Amino acid sequence: MDKHSWAWFHRFASPPYLYKVAGLLSPWFMWAAILLIAAGLYGGLWSSPPDYQQGDGFRIIYIHVPSAYLSMMCYSIVAIASAVGLIWRLKLAHAVAVAAAPLGASFTFLALITGSLWGKPMWGTFWVWDARLTSELILLFLYFGFIALNRAYEDRRSGDRAGAVLALVGVVNLPIIHYSVVWWNSLHQGSTKFFGNDAEIAASMLVPLLLMIFGFTCFFFACLLKRVQAEVLERERNAAWTAEVV
Amino acid sequence: MSPLLAVLSQDLRLAYRRRGEMTTPLMFFILVTMLFPLGLSPQPELLRTIAPGVLWVAALLAALISQQSLFKSDFDDGTLEQWLLIPAPLELLALARVASHWFVSGLPLVVLSPLMGILMNYPEAAMAEMALSLLFGTAILSLLGAVGAALTVGLRQSGVLLPILVLPLAIPVLIFGAQAAAQAARGEDPSGALYLLAALLVLGITLVPFAIAAAIRVSMES
Repeated sequence: MDKHSWAWFHRFASPPYLYKVAGLLSPWFMWAAILLIAAGLYGGLWSSPPDYQQGDGFRIIYIHVPSAYLSMMCYSIVAIASAVGLIWRLKLAHAVAVAAAPLGASFTFLALITGSLWGKPMWGTFWVWDARLTSELILLFLYFGFIALNRAYEDRRSGDRAGAVLALVGVVNLPIIHYSVVWWNSLHQGSTKFFGNDAEIAASMLVPLLLMIFGFTCFFFACLLKRVQAEVLERERNAAWTAEVV
Repeated sequence: MSPLLAVLSQDLRLAYRRRGEMTTPLMFFILVTMLFPLGLSPQPELLRTIAPGVLWVAALLAALISQQSLFKSDFDDGTLEQWLLIPAPLELLALARVASHWFVSGLPLVVLSPLMGILMNYPEAAMAEMALSLLFGTAILSLLGAVGAALTVGLRQSGVLLPILVLPLAIPVLIFGAQAAAQAARGEDPSGALYLLAALLVLGITLVPFAIAAAIRVSMES
């Protein structure tokens, strides 16, 4: 294979380049997020009818589902970035993992809060030891463990690598945790089928939900890129190029 | 002598000479179990219902207590550095350390568990299954704890950090272990949960030594 074919990848190992690209992309994601979320909120809160069983209470799914999905996607980003950092010793990959973890923890927290707010009128209680709620709670603590371990090291490089090892152990363990909890207890409704002829969700609800999912994802990436920028600046604070950009 | 046996025999000899330290996690196990009848109520029916969970949580916490010191003294006196230097795979040395640790802290706990089962009014007919679930479970906990202990060995606040890192990962072990003990207590067949525990143990023995070795390397670099 052509040895230059990976050049684009290696350029991301250069902090000024990553800083510049992240700075260019972040506003685009933010604008896309604002538009998508605005459209999704309009569709979700005004133009779609109340659910025949749940009334207006179901509308919290427009926040809950995107948060829950992002909480898991973000852990995979942390794990992939950690693996890249460990395998290719790419220091900036660790910066991405460290920048992503608090975002993931926030979305996990949001998913838990919205879930329990929905649970109060629907299940009659804020919290049940249901499988998915419990898995989300455990995921929150996996994030906390990663963040705490990463910060406990005085030497940043060791903290990065220690956190990365933990993230990889966690990602191998995550499916085991999930299924053990599912077999332990399940009250949460099963996955809803979104597409196809036997779809279980009305189009008037599906479209805003998809808009919100894409909007949240754009918002997540906008925040992630900003956080990566901040992380890179902090790590490179003694480098000459940072004086030029700030 | 193979490096695995060398570490194993040295660890066991050291543990034998410091026999007193071995009893600390055991006393912790007994005391934590004791707290539940005192805190809830000594009704035999209640104790019988909660016994599997209580014994398992107590065992989990006792294992966690004993894991703090897994690599500590070797880190302080430089033995871990020698581990990195000698021409033997670090994964193997780590596995030997986990095995010896389990032998002196996990196994005594398993042996003691029927006694605590009697105190908790756990049915005597199911004692063997409960002990078997703890036998598999404590071994997995030793493996998982070793990752956390290796990651935190060089840190000042390792004491508080270790449980935060290890407990979320240990949840499947607790679920399957307590399930096996509870099923056995109800007179049901616990083999499903026991097989799952055994599968986790095999998976752990296969994969976790690599994570422990990576963690030791990280800790030695700092």
